[in-house]
Amino acid sequence: MRDGGVLSGSRQMNTQVVQRPWKKAALADRVASHVIRFCAFLAIVALILIFVFIGREALPLLTSQEVHKEADLARLLLPQPASSGGAAGFTWQPVSQTPKYSLLPLFLGTLKVTSIAVLIAIPLAVAAALYTSEFAPPLVREVLKPCIEILAGIPSVVIGFFCLMVVADWLQGVFGWTYRLNAMTAGVGLSLAVIPIVFTVAEDAFTSVPQAFREGSLAMGASAWQTASRVVLPAAVPGVLAACFLGFGRAIGETMIVLMASGNAAIISWLPSDAVRTFSATIAAELGEVVFGSAHYHVLFFLGAFLFVFTFVLNLLGRWWVVQLQKRLQGGS
Amino acid sequence: MSKGTGIGGTFMVSMMALACAVIVAMVAIIIGNILLHGAGGISWEFLSRAPEAGMTRGGIFPAIFGTAALVILMTIAVIPLGVATAVYMHEYAPKRSRMIGLVRLAIQNLAGVPAIVFGLFGYVFFTKFVGAAIDRGLYGGELVYGQPAIVWAALTMALLTLPTVVVATEEALRAIPQSYREAAYALGATRWQMIRRVVLPQATGGILTGGILAVSRGSGEVAPVMFTGAAYFLPELPRRLHDQFMELGYHVYVMTTQSIDVEATKPVLYSTVLVLLMLTFLLNFTAIMIRSRIRRRLRHDR
Repeated sequence: MRDGGVLSGSRQMNTQVVQRPWKKAALADRVASHVIRFCAFLAIVALILIFVFIGREALPLLTSQEVHKEADLARLLLPQPASSGGAAGFTWQPVSQTPKYSLLPLFLGTLKVTSIAVLIAIPLAVAAALYTSEFAPPLVREVLKPCIEILAGIPSVVIGFFCLMVVADWLQGVFGWTYRLNAMTAGVGLSLAVIPIVFTVAEDAFTSVPQAFREGSLAMGASAWQTASRVVLPAAVPGVLAACFLGFGRAIGETMIVLMASGNAAIISWLPSDAVRTFSATIAAELGEVVFGSAHYHVLFFLGAFLFVFTFVLNLLGRWWVVQLQKRLQGGS
Repeated sequence: MSKGTGIGGTFMVSMMALACAVIVAMVAIIIGNILLHGAGGISWEFLSRAPEAGMTRGGIFPAIFGTAALVILMTIAVIPLGVATAVYMHEYAPKRSRMIGLVRLAIQNLAGVPAIVFGLFGYVFFTKFVGAAIDRGLYGGELVYGQPAIVWAALTMALLTLPTVVVATEEALRAIPQSYREAAYALGATRWQMIRRVVLPQATGGILTGGILAVSRGSGEVAPVMFTGAAYFLPELPRRLHDQFMELGYHVYVMTTQSIDVEATKPVLYSTVLVLLMLTFLLNFTAIMIRSRIRRRLRHDR
């Protein structure tokens, strides 16, 4: 059928047959170019939309009279009188006769858990990364790298589950703590989520140090350890910093692990054996039951906006240090 | 170890080796523990039936089905968007242009946004803004799309996994020799023809890697779907775009924290975790295999 059609109209259609596919291709090219440009632009739009929409829900905390009856910045940050008429204090008690929205217990909780996680994860991951790039026999590398990939692939809800079921018992058995779920349990779990990021970025940094640095050092009689600690490590410092910032950003935003393993009590305490409630866990635990548009709702979005801006800045700092590392090593070699 | 560093150096190096061992041990313990307690409960029945008796017995089929539906919808959204973004950065935008820097910055920062923030955004943007607008426009204000639903959860998840797809696709685009593109142009192809007939077929592996990694990430994340569509328990499977759904990760969370009888739930819980873990593990493994093949090709070509 197709052949017949082409044959019958071949004479008159001749010029158009030559012209048309070319025009069509040019048109398709232009359409595709616009569509693709638009899609790429969407990534930027998405980021802006996240900022605008979360900011829009957080803003009434600063501007709305209605919300100010229950919560404003002063009440979020300064001590408030207790409902029983006792001494002024910092309490997070959003569901009560007189709701109290002091952010201090949550801030302290977030700081405590994140610090524990980072203090465990960064030394472990950086040491492992330095070892992998400088000393490790190929066999160790072939075991460790897939392990890191597996660890990075474990869903955080599984890590949270593991902490709640297993790690909590172990830690309680060793230290004899009153509460199974506490800052330490959550911190240990969180470190598992942070290790892959820190390791990957730090290892990238160490391996990008030019081989000439090492050869120079070894030629001057330094040992392998001296080379690693006094040449490779200092040269890769911006990369290690980047790893710390990105790891910290991951830790502060991680939700499921702290939600499941931290005990979720908003207590002011420095002890790692007390239960804590973090910003992210507060949002996850309370947004489901909150009244749409209430003061509590806006406070939760305020926490979300804080997390967004804070991790955004940490990410920018992390990326900036990566660029610094590249500049430094390219300039030096 | 030579010259004067002796004991100190040896000690430090062995400490670093110990750090490696600790990390490997942690991974081994987690997987070992879950395998040990979870493997016994996995059967065809467990995979094909709904939870029973307050989630202490029965299976997890609705959660598996919901997760699959979620990641399929997510993939439909994220692959075209992610691939187009990568193609733009690598094939369209002039090198080192301001636009390319902005897109890259946006992608990198999107990758760093906490999952819970995506959850908040999905809730307020998709359900309360887009969904409510659809309801006003098409359903006369009746509540259909203006509430948590699988389509909103999938779109939220698509945003979360966008960087994964972009990065993997870009890596694949970089592996395609420049001469292929020049050959296509020399034959008179337009840029779009070159991309569609030469670049995209060559980049299939990378796109596949990105897609699989995104699916793996999407099937395990809980925080973004908590408020955008995942449900505690549903008697029926989701059939329409605006239905709620059950998700494996959320199911684990619910059973772990809100179970009436922790000891009775434990065997089912462990088996569910094992299923989730194996699923992400297999997906990641496949993606890593494909990626390492691409990387090998990249090395050969240069």
